[in-house]
This record gives sequence, C-alpha cells and structure tokens, in this order.
Amino acid sequence: MSFLSHLISGVSLGSIYAIIALGYTMVYGIAKMLNFAHGDVIMVGAYACFFIVSRYGMSPLLGVLLSVAVCTLLGILIERLAYKPLRAAPSLAVLITAIGISYLLQNSAQLLWTSNPKVFTSVVGAGSLKFAGGRLSISVTAIVTIVICAVIMLALTWFTGKTKMGKAMRACSEDKGAAQLMGINVNFTISMTFAIGSALAAIAGVLLCSAYPTLMPTTGSMPGIKAFTAAVFGGIGSIPGALLGGTLLGIIEIFGKAYISTQLSDAIVFAVLIIVLLVKPTGLLGTRIQEKV
Amino acid sequence: MLKVTNINVYYGAIHAVKDVTLEVNEGEIVTLIGANGAGKSTTLQTISGLLRSRSGNISFLDENIGVIAPHKIVERGLAQVPEGRRVFLRMTVRENLEMGAYTQKASGVAADLEHAYALFPRLKERQRQVAGTLSGGEQQMLAMGRAMMSRPKLLMLDEPSMGLAPILVEQIFDIITEMNREGVTILLVEQNAQMALSVANRAYVLETGGIVLHGDASELIGNEDVKRAYLGG
Ligand SMILES: Nc1ncnc2c1ncn2[C@@H]1O[C@H](COP(=O)(O)OP(=O)(O)O)[C@@H](O)[C@H]1O
Ligand SMILES: [Mg+2]
Repeated sequence: MSFLSHLISGVSLGSIYAIIALGYTMVYGIAKMLNFAHGDVIMVGAYACFFIVSRYGMSPLLGVLLSVAVCTLLGILIERLAYKPLRAAPSLAVLITAIGISYLLQNSAQLLWTSNPKVFTSVVGAGSLKFAGGRLSISVTAIVTIVICAVIMLALTWFTGKTKMGKAMRACSEDKGAAQLMGINVNFTISMTFAIGSALAAIAGVLLCSAYPTLMPTTGSMPGIKAFTAAVFGGIGSIPGALLGGTLLGIIEIFGKAYISTQLSDAIVFAVLIIVLLVKPTGLLGTRIQEKV
Repeated sequence: MLKVTNINVYYGAIHAVKDVTLEVNEGEIVTLIGANGAGKSTTLQTISGLLRSRSGNISFLDENIGVIAPHKIVERGLAQVPEGRRVFLRMTVRENLEMGAYTQKASGVAADLEHAYALFPRLKERQRQVAGTLSGGEQQMLAMGRAMMSRPKLLMLDEPSMGLAPILVEQIFDIITEMNREGVTILLVEQNAQMALSVANRAYVLETGGIVLHGDASELIGNEDVKRAYLGG
C-alpha cells in the first residue's frame, strides 16, 4: 500500500511540475526563449492568494481567481517591458534578462513581504480519503491537483488543436515570418502565450502551496527549475512532453525520497535528466524541427 | 494599385535594394526577373512589411503601407507566397488553408476552402495530411491556395517554379493565369524568365539591387540584352 500511496504523491507533485512546465514549453515553442522568471511568477501568484484568503479572509475561489488575474497581467507586463524590446537580440541577452527579472521578482517580494515564511491556507481543504479499509489514505489536495492537471491538459489540447488562436500559436511556433504573411499578429500571439503560461503558473502556485504550505519569496525558484527540467525531459516545445516529463519527474522525486535518500532525491532527479538527454537529446517526446526544403 | 517609389533596403551594411521603383496596375500580371541575389525577395519582403525601406514610399490602393504592420497589410488585400513555400510543415493541409483565412470572417471560410480545392484538387485529397508529408509541387500548391484564402486583391509570388519538374511548372503558371482571370492582380518574381515573360503583361529586370530595364513583356522577350542574360541565348 505504501508503494501506491507514494505513486499517488508522485503523480500529484508531478502534476504541479507539469502545469509549470507547460508555461516554459509554450513560451519556448513560440518565443524561442527560456523564461527563467516563470518560477517566480508562481510565487507572486501564491502571495496574491495568501493575502486574499489568509489575510482578508475571503473565499478560496476568489483567491484563486484573483491570483490568476494578477499572474496573467504580470506575465503580459514582463513580456511587454523586458522581452519584447529584445525580439531581435541574441538569445544570450534574452536569457540574462530573464534571470534578472527572476531576481527582481524575488527581491521585490522580499521588500514587500519580508523573507519570513508565511503559512499558506490550503484552498482545497485538509481532508483525506481512505481506501482499502483505511490502509490507503489519499489527501484531497492530491486528488484535486491531479484532476486539475488533467483538465488543463485537455483544455490546452483542445485550444491548440481546434481554436483559431491556438492554431495561430502553432503557426507562429513554426515560422513567424510566414505567420505574419497570413495576417497573424505575432506580437499579440506571443503576448497571449505569456498570459496563458502565467495563468497556469498561478494555479500551480496555489496548488503547490496547498500541498506544501510554506510560502517565501524563494518558494517558486526550486519548483521552477524542476519544472524547467521536466519540460526539457519531456521535449521542450511539446505540450504532451510537459505532462509526461512533469509526471515522471514527480514520481522519480517521491520514490527517490522514499526508497533511496531524502537528501539525494534532487540529485537523482537531475541525474535521470542527464541520462535521458544523453540518449535522446530532444527529450522524450521532442522532435527536431524539420529542415526547410 | 501598387506603387513602389525609390525604396532602399539594407542588411546591416549590405545595400540589397537600391532606389527601386515599380508599379503594378489593377488586373495586370507584372513580373520581376533577375539572377540569384539580385534583390527580388528583399523587394517583396519589404512590400509585405517584413523588412523596412530606409527611404522612399510604398503605396497600395492609395494608402502608405510602408509604415503599417505586416499583418495589417494582409488585411488590406496584399498577400504573398514566399520563396521556398514556407508552409506550416507540422500542420495539416486544411489547417494551413485555415491560417491563410486568418484575416477573414469565419462565415466565408467554407466557401473559400471549396474554391481553393477547386483550383488545387490534390489539396482536397490530402486535406488531413500533415503538410510536411507533401511533395514539393504539392507544397507549392498549398502555399498558393493558402495565400488565396485571404482573398487578396494583389498576390505576390516569389519563385513559384523553383525546384519543380517542367510539367509542374507548366501547371503552376496555368493556375497563376487562372487566378488573374478571376480578378487577382499578380506580381510574379521569377528566375525562369522565359516562362514569366510568356504569361506577364509587363516586366522589370533587377540587377544587383537596381532596376535596369522595364517594359512590356512582349518587348523584353525580344530584347537582345535580356535574351543574352536571362533566356539562354
Ligand atoms: N538575411 C540576410 N542577411 C544578409 N544578407 C542577405 C540576407 N538576405 C539576402 N541577403 C543578400 O541580399 C541580396 C539580395 O538577396 P535576395 O533579395 O534574396 O535576392 P533574390 O531573391 O533576387 O535571389 C543578396 O546579395 C543576398 O546575399
Ligand atoms: Mg529570392
């Protein structure tokens, strides 16, 4: 039973990584940049929810909605002010800017809210469900997390496959010049991608802090790096890859903690990534972009 | 309809298009011919707004389009089939055509799809296939069908015959004249001067970034310099 219980914890943690990884992968797919500030957007989203629910005692639903709104705006703003002026710049300049934005967000959070850890109130509730005569106990948070991740995946698959905007995003990710010749507003499309990725970051932040309720300015940093790893692991640019990479990473991390060593679990996660990339440099589901004829 | 006046385009220090002036009137097929590297694609990309001219003026339907965003230029009715086709290889044939209709109202798309399929029956057979699996000729047809989906008033084609077997080249040129008969004005860029001059009303000859000659296609086809440089004799 403990195996099953670890598996479910792993899938649940992996679901959070997957939701964050979607943001990395969608932005990479379209803007061809690594948005290293993505993890810190999660932290801002969690603070937004914390203040609304824990400080002002409003409903958790309102907390989540406002957190999504704050992060969506923040994502659009970051893109507009920091990345858009660098559209034609070398990718190293963009990468360094992204790291700068990451520190800016962390340090602003420290100034505004200090670095004292806050105890986050779960938006889900603390209960757990018992199975197999009480031998298997699964927290409601874990179940809700997994369900929300599944819903997000289905929604995104529908969005990119069936809607005009979603198809335009795929067109931009293949060839921005050709997309412009179709009449697609590439700047707007990139902006929408940041909006969606950041909205997902807010959801991930709230779920993360509901499961692990310590909130600090650095809260988003490590999950951000791991989700980035998950995105690369699954194949950066691929939406199913983000799901697969995130889930596997969560499972490896929890199993590593449970059966090998708590201290080494992160090292194990990154070791697996390195091995996968040595065998398949494009990640599990990644494909090399076909050369043009 | 389209008036390009004294445009100058640079890639860093490279002066790729020098004082180019050309005009396309409604209903015409105009061709822009010239050797590899003459600046033909740069000229078309500048008209489409993907590159900017440092001076001069580009007007389309009496509007200065040299300052508006590329996607807005498409909305005005000016489409381009780019060099090398540049279809979306990971999207299906049908999705590619739908992207061509991006500026159009949803209500008209079904009819425009049928029209594209009528011009290119092969595309209908392959509508669910991913564009990356098409042959070069089919990709060219898809690129042309896709551009037609935006209901262009002026269609610019950049070397549509490139890399195609002679029989396909023939077919592509037939469709270009067919589109023109349906009321679409054409600006055709070609290295295949023989074919281009045979379908065009007027022609411009571009050499190392500048226009060196222009006139009626029927005159240029008999011009000794053109014959020597572009018609293999
Ligand atoms: N992206 C680019 N960067 C630098 N130089 C370029 C670029 N594209 C084209 N050129 C140069 O500009 C000139 C014109 O190119 P182009 O317009 O592609 O010619 P054409 O279409 O007539 O073959 C050539 O000398 C070419 O080498
Ligand atoms: Mg060219």
